Amino acid sequence: MTKQLTAFRAALVFALLGIAFVAILVLNVNTGSVSIAPKEILRIVLSGKSDGSSIGNVIWKIRLPRLLAAAVLGGALSVSGFLLQTFFRNPIAGPYVLGISSGAKLFVGVMMVYVLKYVSSVPFWAVMAAAFGGSMLVTLFVLMFARRVRSMAALLVIGIMIGSVCTAITDFFITFADEANVANLHHWSMGSFSAVSWPNLHVISAIVFVALALSFLLSKPISAYRLGENYARSMGVNVKLFRVALIGLSSVLSACVTALSGPISFVGVAVPHMTKLLFGTSRPSLIIPGSFLLGGVFCMGCDLIARTAFAPSELAISTVTAVFGAPVVIALMISRQRRRTDG
Amino acid sequence: MADGYVFSTEALSVGYKGKALINDINIRLEKGKILALIGPNGAGKSTILKTVTGQLPSISGKTFIEGRELEKWPRGELAKKLAVVLTERIQPEMMSCFEVAAMGRYPYTGRFGALTANDKAIVWDTLRRVRADDIAERDFSQISDGQRQRVLLARALCQQPEVLVLDEPTSFLDIRNKIELLDIMLETAREKRTTVILSLHEIDLAEKLSDLVMCVRGDRAEEPDAPEKVFTDAHIRELYSITQGSYLVSRGSVELVRTEGEPRVFVLGGAGSGLNHYRELQKRRIPFAAGMLSENDMEFEVAKALAQTVVSFPAFGTASEETKARAIQEMLSCGTVLTAFDPGKQKDNPNTGLLETARQHHVNIVFSAGELQ
Repeated sequence: MTKQLTAFRAALVFALLGIAFVAILVLNVNTGSVSIAPKEILRIVLSGKSDGSSIGNVIWKIRLPRLLAAAVLGGALSVSGFLLQTFFRNPIAGPYVLGISSGAKLFVGVMMVYVLKYVSSVPFWAVMAAAFGGSMLVTLFVLMFARRVRSMAALLVIGIMIGSVCTAITDFFITFADEANVANLHHWSMGSFSAVSWPNLHVISAIVFVALALSFLLSKPISAYRLGENYARSMGVNVKLFRVALIGLSSVLSACVTALSGPISFVGVAVPHMTKLLFGTSRPSLIIPGSFLLGGVFCMGCDLIARTAFAPSELAISTVTAVFGAPVVIALMISRQRRRTDG
Repeated sequence: MADGYVFSTEALSVGYKGKALINDINIRLEKGKILALIGPNGAGKSTILKTVTGQLPSISGKTFIEGRELEKWPRGELAKKLAVVLTERIQPEMMSCFEVAAMGRYPYTGRFGALTANDKAIVWDTLRRVRADDIAERDFSQISDGQRQRVLLARALCQQPEVLVLDEPTSFLDIRNKIELLDIMLETAREKRTTVILSLHEIDLAEKLSDLVMCVRGDRAEEPDAPEKVFTDAHIRELYSITQGSYLVSRGSVELVRTEGEPRVFVLGGAGSGLNHYRELQKRRIPFAAGMLSENDMEFEVAKALAQTVVSFPAFGTASEETKARAIQEMLSCGTVLTAFDPGKQKDNPNTGLLETARQHHVNIVFSAGELQ
């Protein structure tokens, strides 16, 4: 009976997330310097391409790609965070908190500064590759230090340290770089969904959805891994392979985000946690699609605030995500600490 | 299973980082038998259990499950034969007890781990067996140690293994939970014919539960043997290097360190009447002597463990004149007599005569340790 209740709750949460997703999508397209009637939006979107009118151009060239980027990347960040939390068995883990985003930023930054000296523009696949390389490298570093660290706080400190070192190195390179390149890099490293083009979005979406599907296929071993490495192994999980898959997938996902829009803070920690609270369980087959959806909703909402709060000035997306995400992280730390002292 | 053993090891060496700690471990277990590993802390019980379950690589030698080498089993198939309950504390986030127990169906479920009606029936059945069905919907991180251990046992049983390995399953449990947990294991071994291997700190429980006992002692492991062969006072004292205090196998009781010094009081006990007085004297750290006790008296072992001197006579015999003389001498040198037995009811107590002698010699007579300074 309670089993059916859980199934009902899951269906209800998915339905609500779906409605929220569509609502925020429409609201987002509708809001801005030019406001457009919902009916008009529907007609233009359903027509499949811009009809050449200025409204059509605003929707198809500016608002839609940005919006979809926020949705896909927000989802990718959240799933990446969930995979890292599984890996480290620590709810505080996430690509930004562990310094992985900073690592990606370092690689992309160094490449931009240096490669732009020789060629006029950097191909997107190169940015992508640099971001992935940076993510992987920092993850391996964190792994090396975090091997024997069980405490949540210690892992956090390691992540902050590694992130700071990466930022310091990035700053070092920026100091000695051409001004034009720096402006370019600075805009990117603030984190924004504004500069997204359709082709880049297509590439990233394809990668994200493949990674998402693969993560979903891992939901059974992830489920077992919640009981710890040794129990998982005793139930037949190939732990070594599983760990490699987790790190690989989470790095790909966070690299996609960083490559397209720069580092975005706290989404990876806050969204999976909120998703678990919504579903009332940590079952991965629900949390993976659930946190993808909620991550999309969360980032679209934050982007809406970033665009409109101080219009015509635009806030960096991280500024907004931090305002909503950081309190969740703090709450998580406190509640965990309390549970430990209780038990 | 050509050799008929469901679990066996062959010249197994276990240890860490390529260094062998314990060599030449040979275990052979038939279906439905219970093997208990006992030994002092840090003797290597956990190391052995981790090795035979594949959590730790062996240094040399082999482990067989149903006659097939451990490493040669495909992961998923092995999980249907071998299940574990580990010492590590797990803290899964937002997982109900039902979910934890249901993870045991892992080797049987499909790609996404969905439970069939049959799986669910097995999980509920198992939860009922360990008497944890009432907490099935509770969050695993919010239940007591005893309940936690039941749920983890249920998880292992849901794997429907041939061999169940438990590392110190009774640590941190209160006495009721200990008894119930071990009872479930006994039931599992006898009714489901599951072979159980477990390490225990409570040797009194090990003696009562197991078919075979293996003593693990840091550098080596003895051949598994029947409990009645393993559990002798001398063997246990030597295994655990007990130099102070004692463990009395027959009573399953631990006695603290005897108080040294010239005996100040002579206890006249018999038929168990002295037990409480010996312990009371020990708590007050008053050195004492005891007598005259038959060597098969129920309090003899305790007296021997706690008293400076015990005047005793052989079982089924009577006290000789020589024994009586020794008791009187001992009693007079103590200067005080504690009468533990009831002279009115225990008419045939050999100490009746001694009490009479004490009166004649005007020895100070007391009836409890509290009367002594």
